[in-house]
Amino acid sequence: MSLSATPDTPLPGRRATLSERGGETPDVDIVDVTKRFGDITAVDAMRLSVARGAFYSFLGPSGCGKTTTLRMIAGFEQPTAGEIYLAGEPVAGVPPYQRNVNTVFQHYALFPHMNVAQNVGYGLRQRGTTKADEARRVGEALELVRLSGYERRRTWELSGGQQQRVALARALINQPTVLLLDEPLGALDLKLRKEMQLELKALQQEVGITFVYVTHDQEEALTMSDTIIVMHHGRIQQQGGPAELYERPVNRFVANFIGVSNPIDGKLVEHDPSTGRGVVQTDRGLRLTGLVTDPDARPAPGTEVIVAVRPERLQVEPATHAAPPADGWSSVEGRIHQGTYLGDHTEFRVATDIAGEMVARRQNAAGAAAIMGVGPGDPVVVRWEDSANLILVA
Amino acid sequence: MSAPAIPVAGPVRAGGRTKAKVDHWNTVVEVWLRGHSTIVYAFLYLPIVIVVLFSFNANRLATIWTGFTVDWYAIALKDEVVLSALRNSFSVALPNAILATLIGTAAALGLQRVPKPVRIVFDALTYVSIIVPEVVIALSTLVLFASGFSFINDLTGLRLQLGVPTIVAAHMLFNISIVLLLVRARLSGMDRTLVEASFDLYASPWRTFRQITFPQLLPAIVAGFLLAFTFSFDDYVITSFVSGPGSSTLPIFIFGQVKRGVTPETNAVATMMLFVTLALLAVGQLALARGARRTGGVQEGGMAGMIAQQR
Repeated sequence: MSLSATPDTPLPGRRATLSERGGETPDVDIVDVTKRFGDITAVDAMRLSVARGAFYSFLGPSGCGKTTTLRMIAGFEQPTAGEIYLAGEPVAGVPPYQRNVNTVFQHYALFPHMNVAQNVGYGLRQRGTTKADEARRVGEALELVRLSGYERRRTWELSGGQQQRVALARALINQPTVLLLDEPLGALDLKLRKEMQLELKALQQEVGITFVYVTHDQEEALTMSDTIIVMHHGRIQQQGGPAELYERPVNRFVANFIGVSNPIDGKLVEHDPSTGRGVVQTDRGLRLTGLVTDPDARPAPGTEVIVAVRPERLQVEPATHAAPPADGWSSVEGRIHQGTYLGDHTEFRVATDIAGEMVARRQNAAGAAAIMGVGPGDPVVVRWEDSANLILVA
Repeated sequence: MSAPAIPVAGPVRAGGRTKAKVDHWNTVVEVWLRGHSTIVYAFLYLPIVIVVLFSFNANRLATIWTGFTVDWYAIALKDEVVLSALRNSFSVALPNAILATLIGTAAALGLQRVPKPVRIVFDALTYVSIIVPEVVIALSTLVLFASGFSFINDLTGLRLQLGVPTIVAAHMLFNISIVLLLVRARLSGMDRTLVEASFDLYASPWRTFRQITFPQLLPAIVAGFLLAFTFSFDDYVITSFVSGPGSSTLPIFIFGQVKRGVTPETNAVATMMLFVTLALLAVGQLALARGARRTGGVQEGGMAGMIAQQR
């Protein structure tokens, strides 16, 4: 069956894009997009710009609307309201086969009746590439994913990781505006998944194509992404780089979804919107100074808030050797509830009267020696700097 | 105490039989089951073996073995009555299989897109047409043809009558259902994301059907075609009702022969029919198994399952 004879059909309705007219347009622009399935709102008034050449991740629990967003960009779903722009062009009503976007599916979706080369060249054949050109580019694409020489292999003979790379080559060969990846590493075992994460990141930097990645695994998102979009209940909770999300989570959901934190309930008593500095009177008599992380929040005094402290910011010291109270530090007394040695670090659970149970992590390389010999029931002091206090309004 | 995983010897009563007694009982049941199975299979296949054996019998009397010969095959293949019946059989089975495959496949594809309530009704109708006793289909199609033809003939002066076309039409009734079921099973087992992946890689719906859906369905379509062919090729009941003058098929011919006493020639014809049918079934089974392996899916029961439903 000769498919290469089919003429290359230009994408219908293609006008000069904004970038062709000059000026940098985002690869994907999502403007006030809402998607409803019956009574369920999967995506709620989303607004997002995906810049060229970056690695974006949608991160959230299942049902948060991340996959629906991906499917709307690919064209498998149409938004209920709002507009999506690909390279500056509105794509409402444009079917998936006329969008210059490719997807790596969760379970690869390789065509079982075709060999590796036929799978990888599928997109080129649909666009009428000549046979010679197709063979050359398939070779290049397979080289890119380190599968040279696998052209004639059957897809079901390959391992999970190899199938994954074939799926990547099949998508990348078309040089899409955006590559969409729908939890593509979910079916791989942990070790292979870690390898593929680094490989994917390197690949993205090599080809320079914008990646939009969907995952529910925070570690995966932190490893690979330039920008992470945390989603929950169809809404974007926060958008930013890995460090920003971890250091400055804007609300409770983000603080809990990315990493672990110790929540302390209290009421906001002071807030300076220009610097973000806030003072919280906790329910059990602690006065904490910290940063209101959400720059848009204008909480009234007396608003109930949570002060979140990351476990690695807590210092645990035996009550007998505790440093004296200092300015810019908070400290609470408690008793060790549990100490778990975890190789590179030790995790302490400390029962305190005024801040509930607190989880602290200490690197075992340094400082752990001071705490050695402290066992369950021993009195300790938990100390942390004011800069560790993240005041979460929502 | 929980019951044993396979309670062959019935539930074990606590404090009742000892372990040795249970083992003994198990052995008895096992021997009995084996003997029983052997008898059942012998009952099923011995007659067929005898027919094949006696088709090579040199004696004119079909039931007394005197020596080996293949003459009866030569005689059968020169017999004008046999050849005419063979021609009729093919001219019934082939168009029937082609039409049933086309219509059945089209129906399966269409049913995928139909709202669920409608689909349930059609599924039920499909199963009914397979479950309805053959003789009922035979009688009802005969009544339809007889009354319909006499009405049309009276009205238009045509002289429509029973013959090969009416046999084809009657056979198609259940063969369409067989093809429909096979293709539907395959379609529902197909990974929907393959179609999405094809769309994603710039293939239009038509190209996606041609390059992805159709190749995936092909094993089921081939199997359906072969099954429709064999069912039609060896059908007696329906054919005997709706055949007309000069449209006797092989099964009709053989049945007519039997009434006058079984000859080795009849055995030879029956043996040839048997092997044609078996060969087609084997090819169909291979097609299904190959397709299932390629897609990693499992075709429950394969053709054997389909035949079990039909018989």
